[in-house]
Amino acid sequence: MDDAFLSVRDLHVRFRTEDGTVHAVDGLSFDVPRGRTLGIVGESGSGKSATGLAVLGLHDPRTTTVTGSVRLGGQEITGAPEPVLEKLRGNTVAMVFQDSLTALSPYHTVGHQIAEPFRKHTGASRREARQRAVDMLGKVGIPHPALRVDDYPHQFSGGMRQRAMIAMALVCDPQLLIADEPTTALDVTVQAQILDLLKDLQQQTGTAIVLITHDLGVVARTADDVLVMYAGRAAERGTVRDVLRTPRHPYTWGLLGSMPRLWTPVDQPLTPVPGAPPSLLTPPPGCPFHPRCAHTERVGGDRCRTERPELPPGRGAACHLGEERTR
Amino acid sequence: MLRFLARRLLGALVITVLISAITFFLFFALPAEPALMSCGKNCTPDAVALINKNLGLDQPVPVQYWHYMAGIVAGRDFTVGHCPAPCFGYSFSNQQPVWGTIVDRFPTTLSIALGGAAVFLVVGTGLGLLAAAFRGTWIDKLFSSLSLVGNALQIYFVGVVALAVLVSGLHWMDNPAYHPITEDPVKWFTGMLIPWLVLSIIFIANYSRMTRSLMIEQLAEDHVRTARAKGMGRRTVFFRYAFRGALAPVVTLFGIDLGSLFGGAIITEFTFSLHGLGRLAVSSVSETDLPTLMGVMLVGCTAIVVANIVVDATYALIDPRVRLA
Ligand SMILES: Nc1ncnc2c1ncn2[C@@H]1O[C@H](COP(=O)(O)OP(=O)(O)OP(=O)(O)O)[C@@H](O)[C@H]1O
Ligand SMILES: [Mg+2]
Repeated sequence: MDDAFLSVRDLHVRFRTEDGTVHAVDGLSFDVPRGRTLGIVGESGSGKSATGLAVLGLHDPRTTTVTGSVRLGGQEITGAPEPVLEKLRGNTVAMVFQDSLTALSPYHTVGHQIAEPFRKHTGASRREARQRAVDMLGKVGIPHPALRVDDYPHQFSGGMRQRAMIAMALVCDPQLLIADEPTTALDVTVQAQILDLLKDLQQQTGTAIVLITHDLGVVARTADDVLVMYAGRAAERGTVRDVLRTPRHPYTWGLLGSMPRLWTPVDQPLTPVPGAPPSLLTPPPGCPFHPRCAHTERVGGDRCRTERPELPPGRGAACHLGEERTR
Repeated sequence: MLRFLARRLLGALVITVLISAITFFLFFALPAEPALMSCGKNCTPDAVALINKNLGLDQPVPVQYWHYMAGIVAGRDFTVGHCPAPCFGYSFSNQQPVWGTIVDRFPTTLSIALGGAAVFLVVGTGLGLLAAAFRGTWIDKLFSSLSLVGNALQIYFVGVVALAVLVSGLHWMDNPAYHPITEDPVKWFTGMLIPWLVLSIIFIANYSRMTRSLMIEQLAEDHVRTARAKGMGRRTVFFRYAFRGALAPVVTLFGIDLGSLFGGAIITEFTFSLHGLGRLAVSSVSETDLPTLMGVMLVGCTAIVVANIVVDATYALIDPRVRLA
């Protein structure tokens, strides 16, 4: 994948906290080519958001250390000076956040918040930017956009706010969009509409998308490729088709087992992966998943406990189980 | 907004009328006889009766109250002559119209309070912004130590020190004095400078600490991160997003502090021997000058109620989520 627009290599994100250093992202590598969608899935705390923020260089350097390489169209992000990052953010790469009520400013109109980055990055006039905001609101399916452009976020419904945030992210036609759980706060119907909207817009503009979610259903619906994260590391990677049909990592097996399906009886509890994710303050040695893994006996010796499994490039899983991987 | 103002003004009117009624009846429930106070040392029963008649004190209290309130709105005729609206009656101690004295004294107190508020709002939030922008550096640490000192200060102490150092010692400033702004704005300003500084200093520590912690809170908000994710520059993010969010609670705090602000203005008046409403109130108490005391109380209450409305309206302008109806 030489033509990847986003290329992440050996990314580490460490938070310094009072209790010690939280190693939230631990040697992550992945690529996203133009026009494709990569779904990043994993449980809460697996480092998905930390990865997304690192791509925009948004981590606070006073408390966070980011190492490794993040390249956007060949330009290195990690360690880049703030003015360089400011020119990229909202322009080349944009982000959509989960909770649209807190992620939009309550003190400015929706139109202003959409127009603002457009003015900054294109030098457009106030009127042009306002017109652009109206156009963008229309594009993301807000009815009567010219009337709603001067509304404040609290006057929008949750679904409309999320659409407005997408409009804001896409106002400068970014080449990469990071969507961090863009639909988690929404009900199922609205969720489907928003995901379809993202797909439509991607087809028009060829934007690369990183879709962060803990819902494999969302990935199945929207993404082309998947990266399964566990405790800050990549557990498995491949196309959506491959990973969902023939998952190779025991953690993915668990995730797939816990996916609600239409034919699951409502009263039947989902089968989540038993156990809890490890502490990122003191990660376990070897494979981070081994304390919860039911298959360590099938691997020879003590390897799962002592040796860190590597994720091969391309399709693959970071697991010591050999070729006889079956559920 | 207009409907909000109309409603609040109506409410303010009701409150002021209530307060006036309560104070009026309280005063007349006092065992002292007002006419005696007005009459002076060599008083005869006939003189008292005459005064009672002249001032309408021979009528039942509710009727007197009605005449009093009507006098404020429409003026009032006493046997001694006409008292034009707003008529708060005549002072017992100097027989002058109360309203004239209040008009004379009120601007002093108002100047001290408004100017002091402007100084502590600007300087207090300004220092808080600086501390937040340079969080963890020596600037921040210096400010937080200074604010501990500032918190312990009292107006009369600072006032005396300011006079001794700035006026008597260094001759940097004029002795505090009130000159009407309409006559000489420059003199007004220089005369008020020390009172402003002294009044504001006790608030500055509080407001800077509050602004600092609000800013640190706001800078960690999701919407501030979104602004950064859009590529907004540090300054835009700091002022247009974070400060905007910190402003509303500052205004709320200011609304709560209005009472202490007026109280502080009165203490400041005394410290610098300025003749404002506070001094007038105290002298009218010691001379049992009921009409003047009533007038001062009503005007003071009205000022605070109006200031509250202004604060609420400002709050609504800052935070669009506040619905005014
Ligand atoms: N600013 C921070 N300071 C300290 N620790 C942090 C900070 N942000 C995140 N973490 C920790 O880093 C780990 C990864 O967090 P991250 O937000 O990336 O998880 P996530 O996969 O996005 O989870 P979720 O699904 O809950 O959003 C967590 O253990 C979290 O507690
Ligand atoms: Mg997250």
